[in-house]
Amino acid sequence: MATGVFSEGRAKIAQRTLRTDKWWIQPLITVGVLFSFIVYATWRALENAHYYAEPLISPFYSPCLSTTCVSGSSLLGTPFGHILIFGMVLSPAFIILIFPLGFRMTCYYYRKAYFRSFWMSPPACAVAEPHAKYTGETKAPLIVNNGHRYFFYIGLVFNTLLTIDAFLAFKNPEGQWGHMSLGTVVLLLNATFLWGYSASCHSCRHAIGGRLRHFSKHPFRYKAWTIVSKLNTKHQNFAWVSLIWVAFSDFFVRMVSLHPTWNKYFF
Amino acid sequence: MARTLKLRIWRGDDKTGGLQDVTVEANHGEVVLDIIHRVQATQMGDLAVRWNCKAGKCGSCSMEINGKPRLACMTQVASYPEDEVITITPLRAFPVIKDLVTDVSFNYKKAMEIPAVVMPEGMKPGEPRMQQVDVERSQEFRKCIECFLCQNTCHVIRDHEENKKSFSGPRFFIRIAELDMHPLDMLRNRKKTAQEEHGLGFCNITKCCTEVCPEHIKITDNAIIPMKERVADEKYDPVRWLGSKIRRREEVL
Ligand code: SF4
Ligand code: SF4
Ligand code: FES
Ligand code: FES
Repeated sequence: MATGVFSEGRAKIAQRTLRTDKWWIQPLITVGVLFSFIVYATWRALENAHYYAEPLISPFYSPCLSTTCVSGSSLLGTPFGHILIFGMVLSPAFIILIFPLGFRMTCYYYRKAYFRSFWMSPPACAVAEPHAKYTGETKAPLIVNNGHRYFFYIGLVFNTLLTIDAFLAFKNPEGQWGHMSLGTVVLLLNATFLWGYSASCHSCRHAIGGRLRHFSKHPFRYKAWTIVSKLNTKHQNFAWVSLIWVAFSDFFVRMVSLHPTWNKYFF
Repeated sequence: MARTLKLRIWRGDDKTGGLQDVTVEANHGEVVLDIIHRVQATQMGDLAVRWNCKAGKCGSCSMEINGKPRLACMTQVASYPEDEVITITPLRAFPVIKDLVTDVSFNYKKAMEIPAVVMPEGMKPGEPRMQQVDVERSQEFRKCIECFLCQNTCHVIRDHEENKKSFSGPRFFIRIAELDMHPLDMLRNRKKTAQEEHGLGFCNITKCCTEVCPEHIKITDNAIIPMKERVADEKYDPVRWLGSKIRRREEVL
């Protein structure tokens, strides 16, 4: 039976949409960027090499938690041994990447991005979606999106660790403090963008003050809420910049590991 | 400076209908509603169109122009290139009555399902005092002119007629948010009913409601997502749920 815009009683119009603008460009770009990121990140995680070039560590591998990690890269020790999957050593990247992945998959902004571009539900506003049925986020697995706040809290732990990594990058390859290189800048920016992404998160906005009814009784939380609210309007920008910069940071560390001269030291 | 406009206007009723070509003069500064009125006055005397204020404030002239849900009285003819044919249809999420007029009573039924504000017991009219910071968030939602463009664009019901029974739509999520954020509202089951009766969980925050709102209400960021978070506090966050059982803090929030 016809449903949606072709339902009984609605204006009889044959087209799924009458939009004349290029509404498909936005979803296309989103698919392009997200897909490239997924391919790159998967390849790098499988590569299981070139993620540490003293003192720089790739954000895809930090913290490196397995005994297979190269020496010096494990800030928090190595609670995981050699884990074999189908006879292959599990890359330590997979142990941790599931958390940032979960954070981004449940992010309110990325939900819009992937529901529109990958799932086409809807591909653009007033463009009929191709699915016959729709239940949104009321059932498993999408109901998990309601737990976004937990990924947000885990994300804070990762931000802290990646900030420590950026500070460790004030060392030289011999381990002496007081130096600064291109890599320091790359990792510092990485940490900054990730903090920006977390601070502008909708769950953060809610926890900071959004859940209150009486702002007047909580002046400090109200003030904090107004600041987070301002950042929150830029959440989409933080989402993209931090995503691309994480990949770039990893790429940079990989290149330095292959060609140490890439990491120009300022002092 | 007059220009000649080519239009395609949808004409028909709930059984049949189609797009009809019309050519009409347009003057500098005119909006699509002006053009529709000229067509009505000169070529299609029985063309049905709903309008009232011609100032973007009554929410009556909602329709779809080149496939985009818009207010006809706020859409400048000059925003379309000279050679573009402008297609005008009724809203496509609601049953059509005649030509550009649809039956939006779905929205009135949903409105009735939301209980109004419940003031603290014994508080008489004129007594309530609230601080500006406490009502600011709710005030944004009071700008709504009930044009129902957001309702019409929301894919949950636009693309799935069967969801209408279990989904109230963005216009009513801002209403529920307005009341749930109201400092004096005493009804405390709004989060639960938002999720269980009004279908908040159907929304996948794809933001089309925000995109089309002529009042620029940040429906998704300021109402739907905060409500989803409030629902999560009660239903999906075991830590907070436990906390609320032990401390019963809702009163001071
Ligand atoms: S954000 Fe939610 S309520 Fe708004 S149009 Fe999209 S699905 Fe509908
Ligand atoms: S929220 Fe905006 S789009 Fe929706 S009915 Fe109100 S004014 Fe119209
Ligand atoms: S990280 Fe995007 S909303 Fe939380
Ligand atoms: S006629 Fe009132 S909003 Fe257009």
